[in-house]
Amino acid sequence: MNIDGVNTGIVLDHIKAGKSMEIYEYLGLDKLSSCVAIIQNVKSGKYGKKDIIKIDEIIDLDLDALGYFDSNITVNYIKDGKLVEKKHAELPDRLTDVIKCKNPRCITSTEQEIPHVFELVDKEKKMYRCVYCDALVKLK
Amino acid sequence: MQGNKIRNLISITDLSVDEIEGLIETANDIEKNPEKYQDACAHKQLATLFFEPSTRTRLSFESAMLSLGGQVLGFSSANSSSASKGESVSDTVRTVGNYADIIAMRHPKEGAPVIAAQRTVVPIINAGDGGHFHPTQTLTDLLTISRKKGRLSDMTIGLCGDLKFGRTVHSLIEATLRYKNIKYVLISPDELRLPDYMTDKLNEAGADYEEITSLEEAMPKLDILYMTRVQRERFFNEEDYVRLKDTYILTPEKLRNAKKDLVIMHPLPRVNEISVRVDDDERACYFYQTLCGKHIRMALILFLLGIKVKEA
Repeated sequence: MNIDGVNTGIVLDHIKAGKSMEIYEYLGLDKLSSCVAIIQNVKSGKYGKKDIIKIDEIIDLDLDALGYFDSNITVNYIKDGKLVEKKHAELPDRLTDVIKCKNPRCITSTEQEIPHVFELVDKEKKMYRCVYCDALVKLK
Repeated sequence: MQGNKIRNLISITDLSVDEIEGLIETANDIEKNPEKYQDACAHKQLATLFFEPSTRTRLSFESAMLSLGGQVLGFSSANSSSASKGESVSDTVRTVGNYADIIAMRHPKEGAPVIAAQRTVVPIINAGDGGHFHPTQTLTDLLTISRKKGRLSDMTIGLCGDLKFGRTVHSLIEATLRYKNIKYVLISPDELRLPDYMTDKLNEAGADYEEITSLEEAMPKLDILYMTRVQRERFFNEEDYVRLKDTYILTPEKLRNAKKDLVIMHPLPRVNEISVRVDDDERACYFYQTLCGKHIRMALILFLLGIKVKEA
């Protein structure tokens, strides 16, 4: 299967197989007018299988949110057919409005329009803490 | 101590051990020389925003401010505030911050005081946020222990009853973990055991603790016995509440094997978990605790307002 290379745009590589649609939706890529390709279950030496998203345009990406979805993702910025920058998504120290607090007793369940903010408390266990009620959330 | 930065008290860990020590010293001085402090907060106003009912905490804050020569305003239930019309915590606090110099707030939702502190420039005191924190109760408990034992280290603390939802228990553990050689005996039915995130904290701190179900078995070891109420409002299910509420009732008979200098504490209100026959035992300190609560809140208000009282 052949998909054209990106001339100027972004390639999200090393996405965990099966996660690409979730990321596509979260990043709102359906709203772009440029060409976007989602390639699933690509053979990968490192992970066995992986997903790739190719975007035919340079857009602002929320690397923190990407890191939350999958901290193994590499973000490749391509300009005039050449790789100009490579970034690695990392588990962010702080997540704002990426996940919602599920504690029914948390103030975020009733107070209008306040950001849902979580702080990383344990990188190894991928554990975050709600800054309001201290509820812990473990990322899958 | 203050600088120009507004200080709030959301969690007991917002205060350093030295700051707590300072508050205890001030509270002890207030007890000895109340007249020295009687005008310390003249022309200052404390707002007590109680979105959830309380007798002791609200009245002790109000009594504390009045004893400092200040004034108080506020409401004592969500029904008597615009919260009943759907006003947010943010808007209420932003408004009251224009009226008062300091705010003490109780709210049923966890983390509400964090929002409050973000929305106003006056100090916020968390007077209880759901099952989460109740730091002024913890300060009260620390002052009581310090006055009765003359120290905050080297003792065995028994915590009995509802250790799952009991916010006073969680805060007290968190506070006392910072002192040396504290042993914990956690006495509760299985259903109301200390939550994992709290036992994780004990393990991380390398604390010495045991979890048991028998109050009698624990009794001889204890220097402090901290009783708690099984709270109806923390249960989603009435049946569970009825089944567990009478699990531990402290009676004079159960105190037979206790140390002579045991300190019996309870954050109050009591329902029936301590028999009234225990009240006359000189080891019963739960009403004395309420006096400590007033003194430490006076010290806290002074600290957060950055007021230093000159020697008489």
